[in-house]
Parts: sequence; structure tokens; C-alpha cells
Amino acid sequence: MIAVAHPASQLPRAGPLPNSLQLTSDGRLQHLLTVEGLSRDLLSEILDTAESFANMNEKAVKKVPLLRGKTIVNLFFEASTRTRTTFELAAKRLSADVLNINVSTSSAVKGESLLDTLRNLEAMNVDMFVVRHQQSGAAHFMARHVEPGISVLNAGDGRHGHPTQALLDMFTIRRHKGDFTRLKIAIVGDILHSRVARSQIHALNILQAGEVRVVAPYSLLPAHVEDLGVHVYHNLEQGLRDVDVVIMLRLQRERMEHAHLPSEHEYFQLFGLTQRRLHLAKPDCLVMHPGPANRGVEIDSAVADGAQSVILQQVTYGIAVRMAVMSMVMGVRGA
Amino acid sequence: MSILIENARVIDPASGLDAIAPLCIQGSEILAVGAIPDGFEPRRRIDAAGRWLFPGVIDLSAHLREPGEEHKATIASETQAAARGGITTVVVSPDTMPPIDSPAEVELISRRAEQGCGVRVLTIGALTRGLNGEQLAEMAALKRAGVVGVGNARHPLASPLVLRRAMEYAATFELMVSLSAQDASLAGSGCVHEGAVSTRLGLAGIPEAAETAALGSILALVEQTGARVHVNRLSTRRGAEMIAKARADGLPVSADVAAHQLFLTEMDVADFNPLCHVMPPLRTQRDREGLRAAVARGDISAICSDHQPHESDSKLGPFAETRPGISGLETLLPLTLRLVEEDLLPLSAALERLTAGPAGILGHNGGCLKPGAPADFVVFDPEAVHEITPESWLSAGANSPFIGWTFSGQVRETWVAGRPAWNLPAEDSA
Repeated sequence: MIAVAHPASQLPRAGPLPNSLQLTSDGRLQHLLTVEGLSRDLLSEILDTAESFANMNEKAVKKVPLLRGKTIVNLFFEASTRTRTTFELAAKRLSADVLNINVSTSSAVKGESLLDTLRNLEAMNVDMFVVRHQQSGAAHFMARHVEPGISVLNAGDGRHGHPTQALLDMFTIRRHKGDFTRLKIAIVGDILHSRVARSQIHALNILQAGEVRVVAPYSLLPAHVEDLGVHVYHNLEQGLRDVDVVIMLRLQRERMEHAHLPSEHEYFQLFGLTQRRLHLAKPDCLVMHPGPANRGVEIDSAVADGAQSVILQQVTYGIAVRMAVMSMVMGVRGA
Repeated sequence: MSILIENARVIDPASGLDAIAPLCIQGSEILAVGAIPDGFEPRRRIDAAGRWLFPGVIDLSAHLREPGEEHKATIASETQAAARGGITTVVVSPDTMPPIDSPAEVELISRRAEQGCGVRVLTIGALTRGLNGEQLAEMAALKRAGVVGVGNARHPLASPLVLRRAMEYAATFELMVSLSAQDASLAGSGCVHEGAVSTRLGLAGIPEAAETAALGSILALVEQTGARVHVNRLSTRRGAEMIAKARADGLPVSADVAAHQLFLTEMDVADFNPLCHVMPPLRTQRDREGLRAAVARGDISAICSDHQPHESDSKLGPFAETRPGISGLETLLPLTLRLVEEDLLPLSAALERLTAGPAGILGHNGGCLKPGAPADFVVFDPEAVHEITPESWLSAGANSPFIGWTFSGQVRETWVAGRPAWNLPAEDSA
């Protein structure tokens, strides 16, 4: 069932989102808060810069002195392994000093506000914050309130955005497929709660991907999702037909508790990616997942570990992409 | 004291008067308008040439934060802000701390108001005890203490059955029931309108159906019980249409809208502007136009401030963690008059929505300039142009997205009960 059939380029935009907060007056990246509103040139520049770091990461000596003497704080209000460690490795390979702070939700209950946390860390002469927070807009809030000269990188805020994840996904797709304009890409699963999906959709549209599809039941789609520039499918078989890339999203267990879905069993039957279904896509279709995958819920193990899967490459490239973003916001060029 | 105000353009929407006319005041009441009675010897004569004179604004929905949240605002600070905004009567919601669920709170608020600048403060009493949504409040006692209606602010009721019983009990004492139409479970943890903007910003949305589903239940129960119900702060076009139809069908319902809903939309929330975090949320442009049309037709019979002053910390944080609300007393009249400039409705009709309209909802003898009515009125300079600046702001809550806006016209004087409650300081005069 194809609910919408008009191309993304003709979709009316809901209106301008001020994007100036993350750019300097001459258009360079000052913070990275959202993919939305980045120019195609700037996005390509990030990917090109990441390319040079990716080559370096394959060498024996994996370190450059670009951010020597800089202090980067990983400020994580939500649990994360992959994102935090790849940000940490990226910072270390750029020779920065890294401080990891995991703020449990209980200390927020103690009453220290995000602004207090920020002010205290600023007092330690920090150059960059990498922040993950359960509230949408938390990175924007920090960027609005940090001292001039300090950069904020959004490592995931609520359901709003996860720009470096989307950029590393674009990097992965570009390495394998090159030109985006000929590609059909399907994003499958819980779009409603996914910051990753929102950032990916913006990035794919900026790079002028041929067609961006979302595949999900209505109960996992946000209102007016087509306004983001996607075609909506409710049937995985139809949504997968002829796609070049399929991105599976993680399904959280609590979706069953809040009446979004009846059961994991029925979800896998309808929306789980199996080898049989993957045959409907192009033979060289890439299988991607931002991780951590729920095997047997949204993706079959055989597909996650199969020949078309690039799930582990996504993790590897995450380091190069984060190095690129960190060096660019600090105003230094690539390796 | 007897006062004669001469040469003003007197606009009284209730009587249809709009002419250069004298206004005679005797003590706290209006003695005459249009003609000076024989033998009237004013102790004071005021020449108001070039000014407009119209009834004081009656604001049906405001939070003054006292008792319980004096760190945000006080009755003294907010009544001064109201007077500056041409408001002579403020109706406060029952969700103070503690809630207005017994005569003690009603009396406390009246006493505090008497110590203020003179602006009248009326109270809506709680519909349920402690606003708990389950047991009825002692409405007869509240009525004796002087409440103008009962309501549950934005606190949900446990079931439609509680609402039905509450309406029946209130109707027994001819108490107006003032309700917010928002289904708590459909609204969930939402903080913005569910639509294009909530999707882009990844904020939990409140669907239009949260208002219309609640309104559907309310209207069905009005039909069942015959209770007099006022729906406070509509936010959707469909909601306004439902009210229009119910009124056309003869149901005893009325509705108001917050002034900011007639100017802002969900787009103003982007990107994450906490000053535009309000409840009910700012909706779509289509909703805004629908609400405006309902105001122009009179289906929505009052515009209120939905005044919710906050200390600055309440608005410092990621969007969903900030407190909802706009400090609105000082922009209610300027925004409403802007609707006239934008040709939505004539001046007299716009003023009606702020004066006779809300007075009618309250069953109140004010909101007009008839002989015998309270001498509550505004002297207004239509030629002045003024910018709303943080320096001139009087409310203790500076949480307004309209600071920095420029409006034409300015309140020069606000009179309550025949006495000035506000005079524009000389240095601010245009």
C-alpha cells in the first residue's frame, strides 16, 4: 500500500527552521546539532574529510596532533556504548584530552539542572561538549548557553536527531554506492521514536537521494511524516522492492507496553528482515542497522551477519566521521 | 467623588455607542454617558480630547501565582501589570497552591487583591477537592464565598461520571462550570501540537483529538445535564466549530481563546523556543485562522490572556522540561486591537470580546459604560506607538514571546471603581 507517491522535491516545506545556531557567520560548522538545514556542500565536505581520516585509521599509527591540548567532554545523560566509545576514540586519535561523564538519571532527580552541569564543566576550560540527552532539543539548549568558542556536538537528543550517526550512514552508503541520486533507500521500523531515522531522512534528502522510503505500521509513524520528504509504505515486501539500501531500526520492548504494537512476534512476521524478503531488493542491496540490533525482532541473524550486511563497517566508519566533525568545528582541516 | 470626563471618543460595545461624549462618574459607578444630567456638579473635570474611552478589560483566565508560588509572581505585581494592560477585572484559575477549594483561599485572594492597585480579582473555585478529579469540592460554600464559577483548571477528572455529577451539582447552585477541553490520556506527555513541527523536532505531540474528544464528552454532558459550561482556552479550529454548532443548537455553552493562539502557531516553537511552550499547545496556521474566524463571528465570545508568569529558571532547559505558559496580561489588549488593524473585525467587536463578552459569560453587570455599572474603564491614546520592552514590563514573569513587538495605541489610564489604578508614567508618553 503506497500512501504517498509524489517525489520529495515537490513536497511543500513546512517552513524554515533557523539553522544559524550551528554555523559561524561565514558558514562554517560551529556546532553540530542537526542535519536539517546543512548545505549539500557542507555535508559533502564532512564526508570528504572523514574519507581522509578513514584512510589514516587503516594505518599502523592512527594518531594525528590536530586537537592536541584541546579538552573534549563526553556528557552522556543516557546509556550508550558504541556512540560514546567511538566519540572517545575519535577524540584520542586527534590527540585531544577526553573526559567521559555519565550522568545517571538519578542525579538529574537530585536537582542539578543541565545548565548547572554545563556551567560547572565550562569552569574547567572545556573546548567541546559531546552530549547525549533524553530530551529533544537538549543540544540546541546547550549550544545557546555555552560560552563563545565552545562547540557542542549532538550525540543524540530525544527523538530529535543523531547527526553523526546519519553522517556515518551516509559515509557507508557513499563508499559502497557512490552517487546518491540513483539510489532507493528504505528505512524500516519505529520511525516515530527514532532520532536516527529523522537525521537519516534529512541527510538523504540533502544529498538528493533518488527515493527515500519509510516502512512501518501507522502506530510507529509520526504525524505528517511525508512532509520530511519520504514515501510511506506499510508493507515490507512492497517497500523493499528494488531498493539499494535497507536500514533497519531497533524496536524497543516498551512499544508493546504503550499499545504501539501487539507483540514482537507479529512485528517480526510483518516487518522483520529475513533473507527471503531481502531477495525482493536489488541483489547488491546493503543492509544497515544503527545498532544494537534485536536479532529475531527486527532482523534475522542470518541477514545481520550475512554478506550484504555492513553493520560493523558502520561502527568502524563512525570513528572517521566523528574525527571529521570534531576537527571541523575546531576549525582545523583534515589529516 | 464626582468626575466628568469630556471630549473622549467613548466606545461602549454593549450599547453600541461610539461617539465623542461626556462620561459622568459618581463615586464608584457610572452616573451617565452621552449627556450630563441636570444639576451634576463635578468635583473634577478631565479633558480627554484625542483619546478613546472604553470599558475596562475583563480577563477570564489568569494565574497570579498567589498563594503558593510567590517566587513566580504575586497578586500585587500582577494586578499592576493587568492595570497597565487596561485590564480591570482578572478571573483567576483554581490551581493555586493550595487550590481554591475552600472559602479560606477565596478570602485570602480577595484580601490580597484589596491591598493591590484596585484591579478586581475574581476566583474560579475548584470543581473537585484539591483538584483531585474524584471527590466534589464544597461548591455551595465556595459560591457563598464569592467564586464566579467552578472548574478543575488543567487537572483531569477521573471519569466522565465525575464530570456529569459535578455539572449536576454545580447547576443546583447556578454555578458556571469552567472547563479546559483536553483529554489527559490522548495528550499524554505531549508538549507541542502533534503535526509537522512535532515530527521534525522529535517532540511528543498533543493531537487535535485531545481537544475535540474532550469537547465531545463535555458537550454531550451539557446536553444531558443542562449545566452552564464555559470552555476555557480553545486551541483548535474543529473545537471552535463544535462550540459554534452547540451554541446554534441552543446549548448553554460559551468559549474563550487565549490571545497568543490568534497570533502564534506551531511554527513559532521551532527551533525549541521555550517562550512558545504553552498548554494547550500552539497549533497550525489553519487552526489559528479558524480561531480568528470564530472570534470574528462571535462563536468564541471572549479573548483571555491565559496569563502564566514564570521565573526565568522555569524556561531554562530542554524544551519539554520547561514550564508551559506565557505572561500575557500586558499584551491581551494590544494583541486584540491588532486584530482590528489586520481587518479581522471592527473595533467595537474586538472590544466587545474583552468587555461585554466576558461580562456576559460571568453574568456580571460590568464590561459596559451604562449608568449604574462600575466605573471601570480605560483611557487610550490611539496615536501612540509603543514597543514592549523588558524595561517597561511590569509582570514578575518576563516569559513573553511578544517582548520586542511594536503596537499602535497605548493605555494612558486605567480606572477601577471610579479611581485610577494605572497612569502611564510621563517619560513613557508619546
